[in-house]
Amino acid sequence: MSEASRGKPWNPYVAGALAGLLLVFSVWATGKYFGASTTYVRSAGFIERAVSPERVAAMPYFVKEAPKIDWQWLFVAGIALGSLLASAASGTFRVQAVPDRYGARFGPSVGRRFCVAFLGGAVAMFGARLADGCPSGHGLSGSLQLAASGLVALACFFIGGVVVARLLYGRA
Amino acid sequence: MELLFGLITGVLFGILLQRAEVIRYDRQLGALLLKDMTIVKFMLTTILVGMVGVYLLVDLGLAKLAVKPLVLGGNVLGGLIFGAGWALLGYCPGTAGAALGEGRTDALAGMAGMLLGAALYAEAYPLFKTTVLTWGDFGPLTLPELMGRHHWVLIPWFCVLGALLLRWLHKRGL
Repeated sequence: MSEASRGKPWNPYVAGALAGLLLVFSVWATGKYFGASTTYVRSAGFIERAVSPERVAAMPYFVKEAPKIDWQWLFVAGIALGSLLASAASGTFRVQAVPDRYGARFGPSVGRRFCVAFLGGAVAMFGARLADGCPSGHGLSGSLQLAASGLVALACFFIGGVVVARLLYGRA
Repeated sequence: MELLFGLITGVLFGILLQRAEVIRYDRQLGALLLKDMTIVKFMLTTILVGMVGVYLLVDLGLAKLAVKPLVLGGNVLGGLIFGAGWALLGYCPGTAGAALGEGRTDALAGMAGMLLGAALYAEAYPLFKTTVLTWGDFGPLTLPELMGRHHWVLIPWFCVLGALLLRWLHKRGL
């Protein structure tokens, strides 16, 4: 491949179709559907357990989603690793603290961007756990099984997201 | 073995997400601002291919569905809250790690926030369990069950409607 085509993005339909085949293969090989947000519950449980093990052992949500390394935990870690490998190999790895679109609207302050990202992450994860899934678990895995919960949640993800994005960026 | 499959599946998915550029803040906000539908194209194609493949496996007896219960209180309220946080962060739980992997350090702040959000939800869970999570609880329910139609009657419709939506987005240059 030439230097110029190396960093070119892949066609989203082709990449999306390959992701669909990967998911089907995963379901066939291990029975596992894609998901991500439970991993953050298990990880939070790990951290809290290091501080107060008795308290975590008695909390119903950490009994339901016990702190452990499971298929999904490695799946989520693998996504990060795969992205690192692909960005390094394609020459698209770039350290950036403030995304272009965000910077153009809200300025170059790294501290403020980190605060917004932290707040957004907390709100998003709280919502995902209340909804019982995120765009992977509900959006992809739920919708493709024609699960009513997945289709409802996916619609609500986008409704909430479109409304708040509009509030943040205005109509322009 | 199952853990190894998880890692390999994740790595391959991460490569696809990164090379299709769907993990970028600019792309995710682009979709929420209805200006750049790259992530919608990716997700919809994944869903349609996955739908045909998974239902084929199920009919051949090679796999089982894993349907999450429809709980309108949780799915709707939680879904809207997730959307609000998603618009602030610009990454989702699956893609935040990938964004960090390609060098986006703000994703790390987002992931720290996600750990806090998960911890806060664990505190609130006993309260929600007796309130929001009892509102509109229909149990695991699929659209074919809800509509009383065979899944192979509905799947072609999803494929046709999905293809029309993608064509419409393509024509409008989104």
